[in-house]
Amino acid sequence: MQRRHLIQTAGLSAIALAAALSLPVASAQDNKFKIGLILPMTGQSASTGRQIEAAARLYMAQNGDTVAGKKVELIVKDDTGLPDVTKRLAQELIVNDKVNVIAGFGITPAALAAAPLATQSKTPQVVMAAATSSITEASPYIVRSSFTLPQVSVVMGDWAPKNGVKSVVTLVTDYGPGNDAEKFFSERFQLNGGKVLEKLRVPLRNPDFAPFLQKVRDAKPDALFVFVPSGAGAAVMKQFLERGMDKAGIKMIATGDVTDDDQLNDMGDGALGVVTSHHYSAAHPSALNKKFVEAFQKANPKMRPNFMAVGGYDGMRVIYEALKTTKGQGGGEALLAAMKGQVFESPRGQVLIDAQTRDIVQDVYLRKVEKKDGQLYNVEFDVIKGVKDPGKAK
Amino acid sequence: MLTILFDGIAYGMLLFVLAVGLAVTLGLMNFINLAHGAFAMAGGYLTVFAMQKFGVPFLACLPLAFIVVALAGAVLERTLYRPMYGKPHLDQVLFSIGLAFMAVAAVDYFVGSSQQNLHLPEWLRGRTEIGDGATLLGMGHYRLFIIGVCAVLTVVLQLILSKTRFGSRLRAAVDDPRVAAGLGINVNIVFMLTFAVGSGLAGLGGALGAEILGLDPTFPLKYMIYFLIVVSVGGTSSITGPLAAALLLGIADVAGKYFIPKMGAFTVYLLMILILMWRPQGLFTRKGGR
Repeated sequence: MQRRHLIQTAGLSAIALAAALSLPVASAQDNKFKIGLILPMTGQSASTGRQIEAAARLYMAQNGDTVAGKKVELIVKDDTGLPDVTKRLAQELIVNDKVNVIAGFGITPAALAAAPLATQSKTPQVVMAAATSSITEASPYIVRSSFTLPQVSVVMGDWAPKNGVKSVVTLVTDYGPGNDAEKFFSERFQLNGGKVLEKLRVPLRNPDFAPFLQKVRDAKPDALFVFVPSGAGAAVMKQFLERGMDKAGIKMIATGDVTDDDQLNDMGDGALGVVTSHHYSAAHPSALNKKFVEAFQKANPKMRPNFMAVGGYDGMRVIYEALKTTKGQGGGEALLAAMKGQVFESPRGQVLIDAQTRDIVQDVYLRKVEKKDGQLYNVEFDVIKGVKDPGKAK
Repeated sequence: MLTILFDGIAYGMLLFVLAVGLAVTLGLMNFINLAHGAFAMAGGYLTVFAMQKFGVPFLACLPLAFIVVALAGAVLERTLYRPMYGKPHLDQVLFSIGLAFMAVAAVDYFVGSSQQNLHLPEWLRGRTEIGDGATLLGMGHYRLFIIGVCAVLTVVLQLILSKTRFGSRLRAAVDDPRVAAGLGINVNIVFMLTFAVGSGLAGLGGALGAEILGLDPTFPLKYMIYFLIVVSVGGTSSITGPLAAALLLGIADVAGKYFIPKMGAFTVYLLMILILMWRPQGLFTRKGGR
């Protein structure tokens, strides 16, 4: 009897102690605003993670870490690009760390894996990189600050036929974004009277592009339309030249992932003249962008900001502004409502977070790789204003 | 058509150089070294850095990659691998795959995980075309170079194994280490040299392949499957087996992706399954031995 009593007392005091300990933590939390940033910091898409983290930290350094009386805290977690890890980390962040917002998400499967958790816990999920159109439909709590592939692909589908490209072969990596790029580019291209001779899909882990490129060469299109995730672009470009396809009169057109600012300089002069459509270039000629690039490179001397960085930077802005609007009060619902419909000038130009789709509406540029001060840049020469994600039109 | 055949041969030859070291350790020394790809990756990174940081010409990088990786192989053999020789195969698998993961993490940590770009000298970049229409043979100079290097290597390796004193010693040491030691062969030295050469070949393969296969920290895991297919289809007891298997797979892979792109990379696996059903021991197997 006595022993039981002892255990009970011990148990009760333990609970009391835990409660006592948790109380100050809870009150301290009232003054904290936590952002859980889930990114691939290692593994295949690590450059995405590094760019976004650098940009997010830059935004915080520029705008201070106290907003509406709350101290903003950034918790960065590495999901190594594996969706099951993303899911586990998102759960930990929401349940244990009690974050107010989850953000980041380097690849589509990662963003989709976290979506149900955002819905259940009513936590806003800011997608800063993943670009498959359907992501924002996976949860009503998703807001996107990056871009979608249909958005940039249709612009190319409009531009190419007007500029002497009558037939193309498409070559995309066989996963969500690639399929989006293929579908929306081909549809728009055909609508404009162009002919798609062949649609090639390359496995995500493809060692050698040679056979696919040879097939393109034998099909003799006016141009080759490419989407590959950033990183694989250099290999395609190199083999494109090695195969003498430029000399055979085939042009290369692509989405901006292929001439990623982060890697462009390493690709060598072979990349000169490649035309791409995308929403951001480090060479975007606006005062805001010049400041952004300068500050980014000052903080990270070896890096040049790419479209991932701008997605992270703007994503932080969306969160900060929502926090300001809600004056630090209110939970997930209020934050989400404040994120919708934000209009602001980003380093990439004017953008809008569409209140209906929660997706970003932005200008898409046509760019050509050129040399400036001994470095390669995507230089913009045309712009299509306010492009909405065509994937949501239906 | 001929271009496809050519590309396939070049790709196969590259696979051969990458995998032959594994065939040597696996077949001759009876040791399962899944970290083989890590040695290849080391060769690749060595080449990239020697060229970028120190301006070493590409041609000089190839022997450099071979020698440095071979030395590293010798050191590792002495320190880490030797105690594992007597262990069951499962232990060897776990041990070596662990090494591979460590190599991946180490490179990721120190170098970063982005793709490395190699800048080839101008004369290796061009392309020569012969004929036209269906019989057009387009030869990328770099691929031609790979075929040349690999052909020479094959002949040299075959000669060393079958004609030299070292070759006979190695074969004796493998077949029965105790008797070989009794005959005055220093089995330890023979094994160490063999392992070093196997690693060096991987390093050379990595240096040659960085341009075509791409180079990032996941290299050892990404290509492990290809090495294993080459070795299992080719059999592990000779040089000709893996060579034939690598060529067959290289051509099948390239042709498969060209003619039926929808099947993508699956052609290789299909072929492997068919061959292994027909000859479970691999295409060429040495009778006797063990």
